[in-house]
Amino acid sequence: MTHPHAPPLLAIRGLSKAFLGVQALDGVDFTLRHGEVHALLGENGAGKSTLIKTLTGVYQRDGGTIALCGEEIAPRSVEDAQRLNIGTVYQEVNLLPNLSVAENLFLGRQPMRFGLVDRAAMRRRARVILDGYGLSIDVAAPLQRFSVATQQIVAIARAVDMSAKVLILDEPTASLDAQEVAVLFDVMRGLKARGIGIVFVTHFLDQVYAVCDRITVLRNGRLVGERRAADLPRLDLVAMMLGRELEAASHRLAQPEEIDDSRPPLVRFQGFGKTRSVAPFDLDIRPGEVVGLAGLLGSGRTETARLAFGVDRADSGSVTVDGEKTQLRGPREAVRLGFGYCPEDRKKEGIVGALSVRENIILALQARQGWLKPIPRRRQQEIADRFIRLLDIRTPDADRPIQLLSGGNQQKALLARWLATEPRFLILDEPTRGIDVGAHAEIIRLIERLCADGMALLVVSSELEEIVAYSRRVIVLRDRRHVDVLRGEDVTVERIVASIASESPPSPVPPSPVAEVRP
Amino acid sequence: MSLSLSGSTRNLPQYGALVAVLLANWLLFPDFFSIRLQDGRLFGSLVDVMNRGAPVALLAIGMTMVIATRGVDLSVGAIMAISGAIAATMTQAGWGLSAVLAASLASGLLCGLWNGVLVAVLRIQPIIATLILMVAGRGIAQLVTEGQIVTFVSPDLAAIGSGSFLTVPMPVVLTVAVLGLTALLVRMTALGLMIESVGVNRLSSAYAGVNTPVILIAVYVWCGLCAAVAGLIVTADIRGADANNAGLWLELDAILAVVVGGTSLLGGRFGLLMSVVGAAILQAMNTGILLSGFKPEFNLIVKAAVLLVVLLAQSPALTTLLPRPRGAQPIKPHPVAPKRTTP
Repeated sequence: MTHPHAPPLLAIRGLSKAFLGVQALDGVDFTLRHGEVHALLGENGAGKSTLIKTLTGVYQRDGGTIALCGEEIAPRSVEDAQRLNIGTVYQEVNLLPNLSVAENLFLGRQPMRFGLVDRAAMRRRARVILDGYGLSIDVAAPLQRFSVATQQIVAIARAVDMSAKVLILDEPTASLDAQEVAVLFDVMRGLKARGIGIVFVTHFLDQVYAVCDRITVLRNGRLVGERRAADLPRLDLVAMMLGRELEAASHRLAQPEEIDDSRPPLVRFQGFGKTRSVAPFDLDIRPGEVVGLAGLLGSGRTETARLAFGVDRADSGSVTVDGEKTQLRGPREAVRLGFGYCPEDRKKEGIVGALSVRENIILALQARQGWLKPIPRRRQQEIADRFIRLLDIRTPDADRPIQLLSGGNQQKALLARWLATEPRFLILDEPTRGIDVGAHAEIIRLIERLCADGMALLVVSSELEEIVAYSRRVIVLRDRRHVDVLRGEDVTVERIVASIASESPPSPVPPSPVAEVRP
Repeated sequence: MSLSLSGSTRNLPQYGALVAVLLANWLLFPDFFSIRLQDGRLFGSLVDVMNRGAPVALLAIGMTMVIATRGVDLSVGAIMAISGAIAATMTQAGWGLSAVLAASLASGLLCGLWNGVLVAVLRIQPIIATLILMVAGRGIAQLVTEGQIVTFVSPDLAAIGSGSFLTVPMPVVLTVAVLGLTALLVRMTALGLMIESVGVNRLSSAYAGVNTPVILIAVYVWCGLCAAVAGLIVTADIRGADANNAGLWLELDAILAVVVGGTSLLGGRFGLLMSVVGAAILQAMNTGILLSGFKPEFNLIVKAAVLLVVLLAQSPALTTLLPRPRGAQPIKPHPVAPKRTTP
């Protein structure tokens, strides 16, 4: 239905948007054609969500143009974008779970009769619409009764029924299982056949190749490139996303000392996993060893770290610490076992903002000792001062609220919190994120020093050079699965990228029960 | 977690407000500060302020720690009614003082436990969780008294309300004792740190290994106990239990006292002594309005005005508009130190 001279469905040119001086989008182009599924990819901070929010009127752009079917548009709000036929479906279904399916479909535009909502007509029309998606469900039942996948399809049906020409799917598959994903893909293909253009945001590369026609990659707010999916090998795609020239030589900054693999591991996870989080994995970590976890965003890195610290309860497998089988019921249990965990989201899950640096540093130690044995004030001060000196935490004094420190210094204080407990096994999730270059190097040096002292470390990082620099072994994750282990000479950026990009074995997706969508 | 008295400059507004209200009372009623000893007990308007303010001060002590965990306990007034009803009914039935006290305090403990479990284990928002007992508690108290106003004759129990110890009225003695015990409990152990930590960031605290459910349950239990003591004082004072009116709306006074005392509803740092000062400010206002001969209705308007002023002072919108004298300047990065210590 597209002929060569017709304007594309959606043409974004030179789009820019800055927040408080940080350029979130910098002259980005994006083109969506009629009847195509277009993947929008990039790592954290690439600018995907800013692009989508600018497109749907949540943010106002600083520069650039957006043209829909050749006509320039400037959506001022989400409702405005809807009127312009741009519909969005988010990962968390933003419908009202306690209303019926039919009410959700027609919310705000219910069919009326004599000034009242005509429920019978509403249900009739809801049934017709959902039939088109192969869903025959009780439209009078509350939405929350149905699976997330069904809710997603209802959300899509609502967006499309409000005459969407452009449909934005923001990580719709993140909480679906394989079969539900297949159903969703059938719906997407049906919509494509109707000429609707779909922008598909996801972290799952397999899904990109399964359903997308074109791929646009963003990185650090800039356009990296637009390619046809068929013409872009996975390896090149991952390289585009991570921004690494594969030819570039990478070398290890330091060789970790030889560790005897025959020695019994300090911590051993066997068949450890959690449904919808990470597939069961085996992992042994020896004293003095640094194990890196590499993979794209959403590949299960953070989920693995959370499982290993007991933040999320594993529903399969076992943990053995020092040869003894134990239960990992929660963080308190983990702290008792001598584990430590610096989470990815420092502000939300790490620091206790209004409390002082000193209190933040002694918190885990105090928690392990219990409330009845308070650490004397003088001892607290000693511990805090020692770590402030040791880790070079930049603060005028230990009594300053930690929230007033810079990100790097907060991170070092969190490390100090765990070091004060003298842990045997430390889990670091993105220890260098959002930290300036100087502090970055210091934290890496610190990691090396810690493992030289015999501590076992599990480090998650999206900085591959960094992982290569300190890891003795690297575990590669893809689609919430531990897919590869690299060791020794194989620990290089090239090998990690290749492993992330390699094709998954064909997943046993059962043929979908959904019939083709009727136009 | 400095002891409340130390950061004296920070608490200047509270002390200032208390002095201002007392001075206003003095202007209206020149005899305000006169205290006389009669029958081995102190009398006077100032003593009266402390005596009348004791129940709210007790509630405020428990409420302070609940608010420090970013919660609120709306049920304290109802708990007062329950503990008072139990004390009066049991005394009327002929039970001894120690059994009466034990049962009454136990009721407060159980009520606090109920609130704590709802908040910490079932993760119901505190305002809703404690609203349940606020409504149901008064019903329970009415069941205990069988809908009657139960009166009793027991000099022992009555002494808690109207007796004195070393010339000081008993309610004041009890308040000071509970304040001291609470301060000892939270400041001489690590409880204070953990309460503040949970209030500032429950998730971070849990990940650091703090037993957040136990901390939360503990503060609601303590709050329930404080309310039970307050209920005992009120019942002992009137020598009877009125399930409908005992402690009615006092939860709001207690919250107001805590907020006036400078503990933020956003949780975190708390000052026990300051909450008691807050309760004293409220009571001094009440007494002053009564003495001045204005209508008591005026009282509510004045309280509302004070609440408004305090909340405005705490509002983030206003604090960003006003220049902040302390802690506002960014940290200066000192020149990169060449030293590199190794452990």
